[in-house]
Amino acid sequence: MLVISQVSKLYGDAPALAPTDLQVPGGETLVLIGPSGCGKSTLLRLIAGLIQPDSGSITFEGTRLSSENILQIRQRMGYVIQEGGLFPHLTVRDNVTVMARYLRRDASWIDRRLNELAQLARIPEEMLKRFPAELSGGQRQRVSLMRALMLDPDLLLLDEPLGALDPMIRYELQQELKAIFGQLGKTVIMVTHDIAEAAFFGQTLVLMRDGRIVQTGPFKELAQTPAEPFVEQFITAQREPMAQLVEALK
Amino acid sequence: MLLGFCALLVHPVVSAEAAVSITVGSKGFTESVILGEMLRHLARQTGIETHHQRQLGGTRVLWNGLLSGEIDAYPEYTGTLLQEILVKENLQTEAELKQALTTRGLRMTPPLGFNNTYAIGMKAELAERLKLRTISDLKNHPELVLGFGNEFMDRADGWPGLQQGYQLPQQKVRGLDHDLAYRGIESGTLHVTDLYATDAEIAYYKLRALEDDLNYFPVYNAVILYRADVEQRAPEVAAMFNRLAGRIHAPTMSRMNAQVKLNGEPESAVAAGFLKQALNLDVDYQIQTAWQRFWQHTGEHLVLVGISLSAAILFAVPLGILAARRERLGPIVLGVAGILQTIPSLALFVFMIPLLGIGGPPAIMALFLYSLLPIIRNTYAGLKDIPPAIVESAQALGLPSRARLRVVELPLATRAILAGIKTSAVINVGTAALSALIGAGGYGQPILTGIRLDDIGLILQGAIPAAALALLVQGLFELIERGLLPKGLRIQTSEVKSAS
Repeated sequence: MLVISQVSKLYGDAPALAPTDLQVPGGETLVLIGPSGCGKSTLLRLIAGLIQPDSGSITFEGTRLSSENILQIRQRMGYVIQEGGLFPHLTVRDNVTVMARYLRRDASWIDRRLNELAQLARIPEEMLKRFPAELSGGQRQRVSLMRALMLDPDLLLLDEPLGALDPMIRYELQQELKAIFGQLGKTVIMVTHDIAEAAFFGQTLVLMRDGRIVQTGPFKELAQTPAEPFVEQFITAQREPMAQLVEALK
Repeated sequence: MLLGFCALLVHPVVSAEAAVSITVGSKGFTESVILGEMLRHLARQTGIETHHQRQLGGTRVLWNGLLSGEIDAYPEYTGTLLQEILVKENLQTEAELKQALTTRGLRMTPPLGFNNTYAIGMKAELAERLKLRTISDLKNHPELVLGFGNEFMDRADGWPGLQQGYQLPQQKVRGLDHDLAYRGIESGTLHVTDLYATDAEIAYYKLRALEDDLNYFPVYNAVILYRADVEQRAPEVAAMFNRLAGRIHAPTMSRMNAQVKLNGEPESAVAAGFLKQALNLDVDYQIQTAWQRFWQHTGEHLVLVGISLSAAILFAVPLGILAARRERLGPIVLGVAGILQTIPSLALFVFMIPLLGIGGPPAIMALFLYSLLPIIRNTYAGLKDIPPAIVESAQALGLPSRARLRVVELPLATRAILAGIKTSAVINVGTAALSALIGAGGYGQPILTGIRLDDIGLILQGAIPAAALALLVQGLFELIERGLLPKGLRIQTSEVKSAS
């Protein structure tokens, strides 16, 4: 359970996030969605403790995030970003196991876990020796996911994890990721600007605009009972062009 | 590793300060070097180990070296003492001068027998054509180009005083090396220069010394200055020095200067020849072969570069890390290192003398300071240039700050840091050639001597090995880079495998 209470953030003078409340129940997949600059990435980075809130508090499994405990808490969160954020000088194996090795986990445990994750993410064994520059974009995201899952975190944070991939691979990975989330049963918070992706993954969607939450709920609720005209506009803007094209072909 | 490399090459850059050794010094022109060699021969006659710090970079270096005990004796001129070094005391007589030296713990021999005053000279043929006989006659020819030795340009009793005393109108006045001035005169780019009265070139280049009709230049009697404590530590050496009194007359000195500068005889041999003839002393001396000199200079240069560069790496990399990590400290660290870099290198060497004396230590300190900026700046830039996504990923994993630096950031900055070290190394090898000016030897020594003797071959004996060493050091760091650079960073193109 993650509880966000009256959290706000300023960038310079500009409010990136107005005081915001949000609760994420354990095991749920929640998607933060909205146009660029709406504050969705800021909110995710606040949860990961990469930036500090100007006010309010974030409580994770009963512990309030602070600069003293953030290093410990991060070990219980996995974090994946758009370009993977893999360390270019380390092999796939070393990228995935870097934190476990830092924590001096048992070598055989590390090997077992690595192989488990490689199967889960469908990374063949010989690829473990490669460097990130030798992987395709999709492979890099799989490895990044393996790294995030290495210490078996309670919470998975994904910031546009598929945003840089071309559509075919993206589609394929969406299917796989959803299967993996279902299999693991972890709490997932994902950021995307793509409404179809959001609807595909999220039990709950959080639509944001200008640093505040506009509406929270399942996709169906947002589509059928929009809280304000913007919600409808946002959904239509992404669906309509394709719908028109398909219509024209009929 | 580099430190170990240096330890193998340890070599006495400066003579040890054992009680039974004597160090003499000389200024950067031939006459002073010959007299310095004479002092060395004389002191060695008594069986005492003696070193000669040849052609140090100017009067101040020698004077301060004498006061601090870095050197025990050097040849000086009374005019320089009265008009330059002790000018503020307004001394009139030789007795007053002796008194002033005594209060500083110094002694002066009686005059050696020649007056090497400054003179103002030009091509005899040009002087004839323009009908110039006295310095006052220069007033009518403002178009003449004047070029003076650097020391003469700056000294109170040099050009500033001369121009005022004679009301000279010339605007085009250049400062350059005294020995290069003769070449300028010969080629016609300079018309008038300062001469030393005993310079061998006056006759050789057919120059005319203009008459000092206002008696501006004081008398420059050559003397030997030495520390009073030499009389206790090695009384026989002090006695030897005093044997030169009244024995060297102007034609003799001119002839010796000509032997070295025009005939290319070694100073050591010329000095020994004089001692044999005038004092009937048999001096055994060794002239180093070119190879011995080469290895000596190589050893000295490597010690200078090795120690200063290793120390710079050890200090600059952590400073660069500090600058990159502490937002407030960054500009301060980079600023201070930047200011150090703007100090002209020669000035930086001379600044070190009051702090560290002459010889190796001040040269190493100056080279160390000079090598800091490229390494600090590249370390800083290398760390700052790491993509934020990478830094953030390392943070998000929960790696503490130190571990992030070690595991992620430093490996990624390797290339930049090594590039900074390479830049520093090349600058360092080149700048180390200036160390000879403050008595630290190295490849600068043959370059200085070559300039003094107008001997291109000798200049190249220093310049070519220095250039080769710079290339070698660069190659060495390229090898190190090959070993240190993480393999993943050497992959240039991303080799895209089939679909995900």
